[in-house]
Amino acid sequence: MRPDSEDDLAAMIRAASGPLRVTGGGTRSRPAAGEVLDLRGLAGITLYEPEALTLIARAGTPLAEVEAALAAEGQMLAFEPDPRPGSTIGGVAATNASGPRRLSAGACRDAMLGVRFVTGTGEIVRNGGRVMKNVTGYDLVKLLAGSRGTLGAITEVALKTAPIPPVRVTLRLDGLDDARTMAAMMAALSGPYDVTGAGRLPEGGVVLRLEGLPGSVESRAKALSAALKPYGHAEIVQGDADFATLRDFAMAAQGPLWRIVLRPSQAEAMLAQLPGRHAVDWGGALIWAEAPPDWHPALRPGARASRVIGAPAMLPEPDAVTARLTAGLRAKFDPRGIFGGQA
Amino acid sequence: MQMPAPDAGVIARRDAIAARLSAALADPAAVITDPTETRAYECDALSAYRCPPLMVVLPSTTREVSAVLRICHEENVPVVPRGAGTSLAGGSMPTSDAVIIGLARMNAILEISAEDRLVRVQTGRTNLSVTGAVEGQGFFYAPDPSSQLACAIGGNIAMNSGGAHCLKYGVTTNNLLGATVVLMDGSVVELGGPMGEGAGLDLLGVICGSEGQLGIVTEATLRILPKPAGARPVLVAFDSPVTAGACVAAIIRSGILPVAIEFMDRPCIAATEDFCGAGYPDCEALLIIEVEGTAPEIEEQLTLIREIAEGFALLEFRESGSDEESRRIWLGRKSAFGAMGVISDYMCLDGTVPVSRLPDTLAGIGDLAAKAGLRVANVFHAGDGNMHPLILYDANKPGDLERCEALGAEILRLCVEVGGCLTGEHGVGVEKRELMGSQYAPADLEAQMAVKDVFDPGWLLNAAKVFPLAVSEARRGARRGQDAA
Ligand SMILES: Cc1cc2nc3c(=O)[nH]c(=O)nc-3n(C[C@H](O)[C@H](O)[C@H](O)COP(=O)(O)OP(=O)(O)OC[C@H]3O[C@@H](n4cnc5c(N)ncnc54)[C@H](O)[C@@H]3O)c2cc1C
Repeated sequence: MRPDSEDDLAAMIRAASGPLRVTGGGTRSRPAAGEVLDLRGLAGITLYEPEALTLIARAGTPLAEVEAALAAEGQMLAFEPDPRPGSTIGGVAATNASGPRRLSAGACRDAMLGVRFVTGTGEIVRNGGRVMKNVTGYDLVKLLAGSRGTLGAITEVALKTAPIPPVRVTLRLDGLDDARTMAAMMAALSGPYDVTGAGRLPEGGVVLRLEGLPGSVESRAKALSAALKPYGHAEIVQGDADFATLRDFAMAAQGPLWRIVLRPSQAEAMLAQLPGRHAVDWGGALIWAEAPPDWHPALRPGARASRVIGAPAMLPEPDAVTARLTAGLRAKFDPRGIFGGQA
Repeated sequence: MQMPAPDAGVIARRDAIAARLSAALADPAAVITDPTETRAYECDALSAYRCPPLMVVLPSTTREVSAVLRICHEENVPVVPRGAGTSLAGGSMPTSDAVIIGLARMNAILEISAEDRLVRVQTGRTNLSVTGAVEGQGFFYAPDPSSQLACAIGGNIAMNSGGAHCLKYGVTTNNLLGATVVLMDGSVVELGGPMGEGAGLDLLGVICGSEGQLGIVTEATLRILPKPAGARPVLVAFDSPVTAGACVAAIIRSGILPVAIEFMDRPCIAATEDFCGAGYPDCEALLIIEVEGTAPEIEEQLTLIREIAEGFALLEFRESGSDEESRRIWLGRKSAFGAMGVISDYMCLDGTVPVSRLPDTLAGIGDLAAKAGLRVANVFHAGDGNMHPLILYDANKPGDLERCEALGAEILRLCVEVGGCLTGEHGVGVEKRELMGSQYAPADLEAQMAVKDVFDPGWLLNAAKVFPLAVSEARRGARRGQDAA
C-alpha cells in the first residue's frame, strides 16, 4: 500500500486488519512480517526557513533531497545521518539515525523539533512544533524518534538545521594501541578544543575533527596537536573524509554487525575482545564490530549491544519495568497490534 | 485558579497515612504535618496561587521514595513532587489532599567521571552546585536557568529547563544521559544509558519535560563539558526593538553560533538602570551577545557579528575589554526580573516564536498591550526565539490582574499563531493548562494523556497540571470513583 496523503494513510490504517510494515526507503528496516505500508508517496519539503534554522518535510522525502536543499543555503543536518541511497527523512527519524557529530551536536532526536504521526487506530497526532525551545506538554517527539514504526507512522518531521562550518580539518594519529587510542581521545575531548568527531578508523588511525571559522580552527588545531604530543605527531588533514568512513561503516559492513554503546572508559576492554573488523566512534561511546554469527560481546554494566545485521539480538534484555512500560505504550498507540514488531 | 475539589476521604485519613509513612522512613521527622511548617510548601514561584498540602515527606534515598510512593499508591493519595519550588508555572503547587515529596535532602554527588565526561547526582542537588562539583576538573554542566543558584536538577528535568547558554549547548533534555525513576506504584527503573541511549523506546526523553506527572526522578546522569578557553559578551544598542529582532535573525542566518543572544527593550533597560546602574546606553532595545573561545577566536567571531550588526542602524557596539566590563554587561540582564519586580507587579510569559518572526511578534505584542492599556517589557533569549514578555499590572487595583491574564493569553495565542508555542522553558503547570487547546487538538492531548495512563494509571501524580481540567477530568475522576468503591 502506498498512500499519497496523511488522510489516505489514516484511512488505510483504520481499514487494515493484518499487520503492517511501515517503510520509507527500506534502507534501515529490519526483517519483519506484514504488508508493506510505503510512505514514499508522502513527500516534499513543506517549509524551509534558513534564517530560523528550521526545515519541515513530509516523511517520504528522500534524505538526499533534504540534504541538497540545505546545502544550497549553506546548511546541513548536524547529526550527520549516513546517506543510504533511497533513505527517507521519515526513516532517519524513526531510527534516530545519527553519525559522528552526535558526539557534540546530539542525535537526530535532539534536532527533531516536531512530528506528525498516525497511530494504530488511525488517529492523526501532532507533537512538538517548529521552534527551538518548546516544553508545551509531553515530548512525544523523543518517543517517536527511534521507535521504528512501532507506535505510529511518522508523516512529517520538523528539524533544526545547522550552518555548514566554513572550515573542517582532521587530526590523525597513527600507530596507537587500544589503551593509547582511548587516552588520546579522552585528552582531546577533555580540553577546550570543541572536537566535533572522535573515533578510530577500521584500518586504524585515531581521527579528531575540528570545524568552524578559519582562524579558530587553525588555532585549535595547533593547541590540540600540542596537547596530543604524548601520543605522537598529529597529522593535520584538510576536510573530514575519514568521518564519512566512520559514518558509513554499517553500510559497508560484511556479514553480521554489532552496534555497541558503552562508556568510553569501558571501550578498551571491549576492543580487546572483538573478533574482527571494527570501528570506534563518539569518542569511544560507540563501537561497530563485525563478528561471526555465534559471537556475543561481554558487556560491562550499563553498556548495550545489538546485532543490526544478521539475526536480531539485543543485550541486555530490557528489565521488567522497561518492558512493561514499552508494552503499555504500544498497547495505547497501537491497541490492535497493527504495526508489526520491529523494535 | 481552579483546582479539583480535594478528596475529603484522604484528608480525614491524614494521621493514619502520616503514621504509615513515618514508619517507612529512617528519620520519622522526615514526615511533616504541622501546618505552620507545611505552609512553606503551599506555593512555588508562581506565588499568586497557594494551597497548603496534606503533608510533606522528605525522603533521603531512592528506596525511601519508592516506599513512600508505594504507600501513597495503596492509600490512593495524590502526590506532588517538589525540587526547590522555583517553578514559575505552579508545577509544584499542591492541593490540600496531596502529599508533597520533597527531594531537598537528596543532594549527593554519586559519581564524577572525567573519562566519560559525566556526573551522576541525586536530583535534589541544585543546578549551580553540579558545575561547582566538576569545575575543579575543568568541566561544567551547561544548562543554566537564571534560577540556577536555587533550582534543583529534578525540577530542571521535570520542566526540561533551559538557560541563557542553551543556544549553543541545548536544554536539559540534550544534556541528560540517564535517570533513576520511581513510578507511582513504587517500582524503580533506570532509563537512558551511554550517550543517553536506553533499551528500545526513548523513555528518558519522555520523562524529561513531563512536569512530575510520570514518575519521581531520584538520580540523574548528566553530560559535562570542558570549560571553554574564555568568553566575552558584547552589548549592541538599537533604536527599535524590531530592528534588534531583525539583527538576531541575520546573525543566526550568517552561520555564526554565539553561546547566547539576549534581548532587552527600553522599559526593561530603564528599570534595571534604576535598580543596579549597569550603565546601559539610552536606547530602545539592546542585545547582549556572548561568544566563546580563545582571545583570537573571540575576535574573529566579534568582527563578523559587528559587520552584520552595522547593517542594522546600530547605536552602539560595546565590546568588553575586561572581566569587570563583562560582568557589567551581564549585570543588567541578570537583574532584569528583580528590577521589574521593584517597579511593578508583573506576569512573566514564556512563549517561543520562530526567530524569523521575532520582529513582527514584538510589534504585535506592542499593539495588543496598547489595546489592553497595559505596559509590557521584553527581556528574553532571542537566539532561540524564547520570549519573556513581562506584563506590568497593579495587584491592588481591582480587575488589573484579570486584564493582565487576558492580555497574557492573547500574547501566547499570537505566539502559537506565528508558528510558536505557549511555553519554551517554564512549563505548563497550572498556569497555562487551560490554554493547551490553542496549541494542540483533542487527539494530540489524548496521545499525551495516554502516556500518563501507562506510567501512572491511577492519575495520582501531580494530576491537576498540564492538561485542561475538563480534558483530564474523566481520568482524574476515575481515581475518585475507585476511591469511593
Ligand atoms: C527568578 C527565576 C528565574 C528563572 N529562570 C529560569 C530560566 O532561565 N530557565 C528556565 O527554564 N526556568 C527558569 N525558572 C523556572 C524554574 O527555576 C525552573 O522551572 C526549575 O527547573 C524548577 O526547578 P525546581 O527544583 O525549583 O522545581 P520545582 O518548582 O520544585 O518543581 C517544578 C516541577 O518539577 C516537578 N519535580 C520537581 N522535582 C522532581 C523530581 N525529582 N522528579 C519528578 N518531578 C519533579 C514538580 O512536581 C513540578 O512540576 C526561573 C524561576 C525563577 C523563580
